[in-house]
Amino acid sequence: MPDKIKTIEEAISQIYDGASVMLGGFGVPGTPFCLIDELVRQGQTGLTLIKNDANEMGMGVDHLLENGQIDKLITTHIGLNSRAVNLMNDGNLEVEFCSQGILAERIRTAGAGLFGFLTDIGIDTDLAGGKKIIEVDGRRCLIETSLKADFAFIHALHADAFGNLEYSASAQNFNPLMAMAADNVIVESEFIVATGDILPNTIHTPGPFVDVVVPLVELTEEYGVVRR
Amino acid sequence: MELSDVKDRMIRRAAKEVEAGMTVNLGIGLPTQVARYVSPTTPVCLHSENGISGVGPSLPYGKADRNLIDAGGAYVSVLPGTAFFDSAVSFAMVRRGRIDLTILGAFQISTAGDLANWAIPGMFTPGAGGAMELAQKACRVVVLTTHLDKRGNSKIVKECSLPLTAPHCVSRIYTDMAVIDVVEEGLVLVEIAEGLSVNDVVASTDSPLLIPQINIPVF
Repeated sequence: MPDKIKTIEEAISQIYDGASVMLGGFGVPGTPFCLIDELVRQGQTGLTLIKNDANEMGMGVDHLLENGQIDKLITTHIGLNSRAVNLMNDGNLEVEFCSQGILAERIRTAGAGLFGFLTDIGIDTDLAGGKKIIEVDGRRCLIETSLKADFAFIHALHADAFGNLEYSASAQNFNPLMAMAADNVIVESEFIVATGDILPNTIHTPGPFVDVVVPLVELTEEYGVVRR
Repeated sequence: MELSDVKDRMIRRAAKEVEAGMTVNLGIGLPTQVARYVSPTTPVCLHSENGISGVGPSLPYGKADRNLIDAGGAYVSVLPGTAFFDSAVSFAMVRRGRIDLTILGAFQISTAGDLANWAIPGMFTPGAGGAMELAQKACRVVVLTTHLDKRGNSKIVKECSLPLTAPHCVSRIYTDMAVIDVVEEGLVLVEIAEGLSVNDVVASTDSPLLIPQINIPVF
């Protein structure tokens, strides 16, 4: 199998100003903090981020916001990050809200090579604004378009050099969906295992979706248990 | 978390919604607390929208798995039968109608059972998370919230002034003052909190309330 291992500097140096970047994670679990830290260090700007949430103050996405690298955030919930709420309220950050399962499905359909889908979720609410409505079998449906990105940052528990991935517990969330939906999929993994060590039956994301695998030397504090 | 007696009582009352055999999603905040009053011997499956069915009891920090949280960010555990899945599967479960009951928080609930709980424009718009899909597709939607907001205004109103999460979705409202059913004709006062009169509840509610009988049960 091909070997896709690169250094974190090499992997992130592909990101260009103005790129769209999907970030896995729901809160801490599954958030690729090391890839984000390297993006902060390299400083690409004008980015569109796609992530379930904006993390909490002082973590992950918040570093990118603080560093002024983000123009637009496509997300479902930013209530735990007051910087994101304030930037939005002051007109300094464009935020597109999606219903959580609709964001997941927009990403999943992009990853499946489809262009959109029909749903009644969010109909008659502000989130339906600007979306086309059609009638199918007597039911009013919104047309939701699929959502792809230039890059996806993925956090895995186990990866082999080919990019077969396994996630841990609730760290799965958006990761396997985003791993299918970007043109360039960059994975950070807690453990790099020999090809064949992840059993074919337990692989969550198959290697052909993955472009780059970055081994994590150590986990930063941000990956740990958050004591609130 | 220490809760006042009043809050404790409303949470305990709402917990009676949870029946054996159900798959249940508890919203962030007060609704999450309901789990504490569901007997461990009641066979119930808790769903968490970040990708868990069969959520186990929460754990102290010392015993937490850093990769295992519920949607509210609490560290939780696994049970025999727990499953993990991605966010698309998690919401397929919701939209497919496999969630028997959801208990959600609220900014406002209207006479018609409309729910607003995701945006206070210009001030605090956290986003809807998974609330729209739960409100539209769970088989039964109930709200657990304080009766009044932080400024002392009724959260139960004739028409929601805040952006809607979903119209006509709420079946019942549990507050620190009352239990209220949403029916075709409007809102019906079902129970009142100990120590309050019907007039107290009516005076604190900006929607008309139907009073079905003279003696309203107390919880």
